[in-house]
Amino acid sequence: MTMYFKDGFKDDLAIIGMGCSKFGERWDTGLEDLIIDAAYEAFEDAGVGSKDIQACFFANTNAPNNCSGTPVADALKMHGIPITRNENWCAAGHIAMIDACLAVKSGMCDIAMAIGAEKLKDRGSGGLGVGRGLNPVRETRRDAPGSFALIAEAYFRKYGISDEEGKELLAKIAVKNHANGSLSPKAHFHNIVTLEQVIKAPLIASPLGLYDCCGTSDGSACAIITRSDIARQLRDDPIYIKGFGCSTDMITPHYRYRDFDWTSFESLRKCAQMAYAMAGIVNPRTELDLAEVHDCFTITEMCIYEDFGFSEKGAAPRDIEEGFFERTGGLPVNVDGGLKCFGHPVGASGIRMTYELYKQLQYKVDNPKRQLKNVHRGLSQTFGGPPQIAACMIVGNEKG
Amino acid sequence: MKIGIKSLGAYLPYNYLSRAAINRAWGSKGGKGEKSVADVDEDSLTLAVEAAMSCFRFIEREKIDTLYFASTTGAYAEKSHSALISVACDLNDESMFTVDFAASTRAGTNAMKAALDAAAGNSNRNILVAAADVRNAFPKSPLENSFGDGSAALVIGSGNDLLAEVEFFTSVNEEINDYWRNAGEKYTRHSEGRFCDEEGYLREVKIILNKLQKNTGTMISEFEKVVLTAQNTKLQVKIAEKFAIAPEKLVDTLLVNVGDTGAAQALIGIVNALENAKAGDRILVVDYGNGANAMVLKVTENITKISDFQQIQRYLEKRVEMDSYVKFLSWRDIAAAEPGGAFKLPASSAQTWREQNINLRLHGSVCKKCSSVLYPVARICDNCGSKDEYDEVRLSDHICKLYTYCRDEYAGRSDSPVIIQAVAEDPTGCHVYMIMTDCRQDEIKAGMNLEFSFRKMHELGNFPNYFWKVRPLRREKV
Repeated sequence: MTMYFKDGFKDDLAIIGMGCSKFGERWDTGLEDLIIDAAYEAFEDAGVGSKDIQACFFANTNAPNNCSGTPVADALKMHGIPITRNENWCAAGHIAMIDACLAVKSGMCDIAMAIGAEKLKDRGSGGLGVGRGLNPVRETRRDAPGSFALIAEAYFRKYGISDEEGKELLAKIAVKNHANGSLSPKAHFHNIVTLEQVIKAPLIASPLGLYDCCGTSDGSACAIITRSDIARQLRDDPIYIKGFGCSTDMITPHYRYRDFDWTSFESLRKCAQMAYAMAGIVNPRTELDLAEVHDCFTITEMCIYEDFGFSEKGAAPRDIEEGFFERTGGLPVNVDGGLKCFGHPVGASGIRMTYELYKQLQYKVDNPKRQLKNVHRGLSQTFGGPPQIAACMIVGNEKG
Repeated sequence: MKIGIKSLGAYLPYNYLSRAAINRAWGSKGGKGEKSVADVDEDSLTLAVEAAMSCFRFIEREKIDTLYFASTTGAYAEKSHSALISVACDLNDESMFTVDFAASTRAGTNAMKAALDAAAGNSNRNILVAAADVRNAFPKSPLENSFGDGSAALVIGSGNDLLAEVEFFTSVNEEINDYWRNAGEKYTRHSEGRFCDEEGYLREVKIILNKLQKNTGTMISEFEKVVLTAQNTKLQVKIAEKFAIAPEKLVDTLLVNVGDTGAAQALIGIVNALENAKAGDRILVVDYGNGANAMVLKVTENITKISDFQQIQRYLEKRVEMDSYVKFLSWRDIAAAEPGGAFKLPASSAQTWREQNINLRLHGSVCKKCSSVLYPVARICDNCGSKDEYDEVRLSDHICKLYTYCRDEYAGRSDSPVIIQAVAEDPTGCHVYMIMTDCRQDEIKAGMNLEFSFRKMHELGNFPNYFWKVRPLRREKV
């Protein structure tokens, strides 16, 4: 089934301003402060004010369930417009941006804002807690590391990779992302790690060790989206929305009928398919210049390489070995350090990733050592649940 | 009409503590044998389900119309346990009579007596009697050393398919505070040892054995096997000496290797006796607790059908020694564990009731159109898309293969942090996601056989919430 804007979509919309807070354990900073940090950077970047925003989409998963979009209205004193909140797990940030795109594209408004903010460090405990779903017993002790680790065992077995080989393979992703993160001032972690450190780190959920897992941190990010014709009046270098995608699986894909083998995810494949169709991308491996993907765990990043078509099925290990996703490789992935270094304030992550694309494509990265050369089109992507929902966005600095 | 035992099953927890380790923890030496320890997610109710499920090896569950549960340590003070055990065993609510027998360590054989009477009154009835106990004793007390956790179950009925006929049953009553636990208390109390032994156990057992000799005309020494429940082996030896029972005739009620399993001890002894019996053997069973019960079993030719299905020895061989006495104290909430991360789960008695077929009976659905089997019960078939065209199917007795897994180091509570997250595939191709338990790290391998085990998951909503886990085969064998 193909759908999605058959009358054309490309380059109708653009991002005119973005903001991103410092990520980390921000004990002295509240949710509203995080919202203000990201929103005001975006306002200043776009040259607009809060009163210019006509609709706002708030991504947040951990604030109390009855607060709706009010944290944004309260923090920014931005009231009298629609502000809705979505809590689509790790994909919430992307979905807020997609909602903003749809609001503008539909003609409902001219300028919409997507903001993701998460205050995980007010939870009182590390991690994201145990138990998932609508049922009190079936997923009692399910947590994020345990769920994503199930992929690793299945992948290694399917492709005949030994535990030792697999550990080393995944460790290379962690080493890459940490090296990249060391160049990101706004990241939570800046430490460079070695292969040996990663492999010998304490086990979290086999085979994933400490450095295979991202941290939990506080953070926020914001995007202001408008029509391209308005965007050009506001700035010379708007970043155009080329496409986006979203796909949801059941809360327990484990229970799907047979076709699910834990090495590939329908939500990832369909999400990619939708975005590529909108953006007119046939071969993402060559047509994308950079990507920010959901490295909540190293195995997740590897899985995304394949389901997003960066690598052939079963070929991600070879691409990792050959350094294809390094910052100097064919398709640099997570050049800002990814979730591995930013941590994962759930609702903020998708917008934070897109912030990196935006700055890279404008050649305005905060640390010049991180700036890629000659980049035109990038993809950001989140995958949440544990693995049931994927969303992504493709942006570019040129029309056409 | 012959009345007796048609099927049997026992269950012993995977974990045990050596008594030497308990004593060592308190700075003293010595200690013989082991004490079996229910896991942090086991209670007398889950133990009873384990034993009861084994009974369906020798009788179809559809034939069971009554379930008696016997224990001094039920999870609830008010609410039926037998009702829940019946559902976990996937017995038919519409034809079931369920009763709980409690308070006395004699509850197991008390339930048997009620079952025998019921079978005598109606030849069509088959009564499942499940006895289990998970008793607590004061830390460092002798009772802590002697208590152990376990369960056994028997199906009582009449007909030609008996494994053993119950030829004779008699009881005596005695009001005495030798062992007791006040309402609301955690630990079993006892009176002075010599008083308990002499005016309690030894006196009552002598009375009932003399009565039995007189009424049956059979000398105690003539029985081929004697199941003699007791608080310790010394008492068993004293009775054996008094009635000239040859030592080899005394059936092991597992006091040394498992411990005093309370209401379950007599039934565990009966299972152990029958698993090693031959046709024609006469087995004397004596159970104690505020009086005594005694019965005579006569083993039938049918006993050969269980000869390849001995469980007790298998359970004793396939278990592990706990590395820590402190962990035992924590599992029993004697030394409290730090609560784990907040559960992100709903807890609702209405939902638990509504979804009991899925969660307690472990029902999936089989599509009438395309035969796909799905768990949990799916109103919409994930394969062919049909709506509300399915039959429910029980998965709990399926043997699955491990599909994928991980060892999650921090998902559990502080005293048992490691959780094996597992996806298993049943013989129909249906996938289930569950926690895997009772396994050694080095034995976990994709493709290995797994069976389902009924467990307590948590107490959200202020009641115990039960579900299933998977584990390497212990109850079943391939």
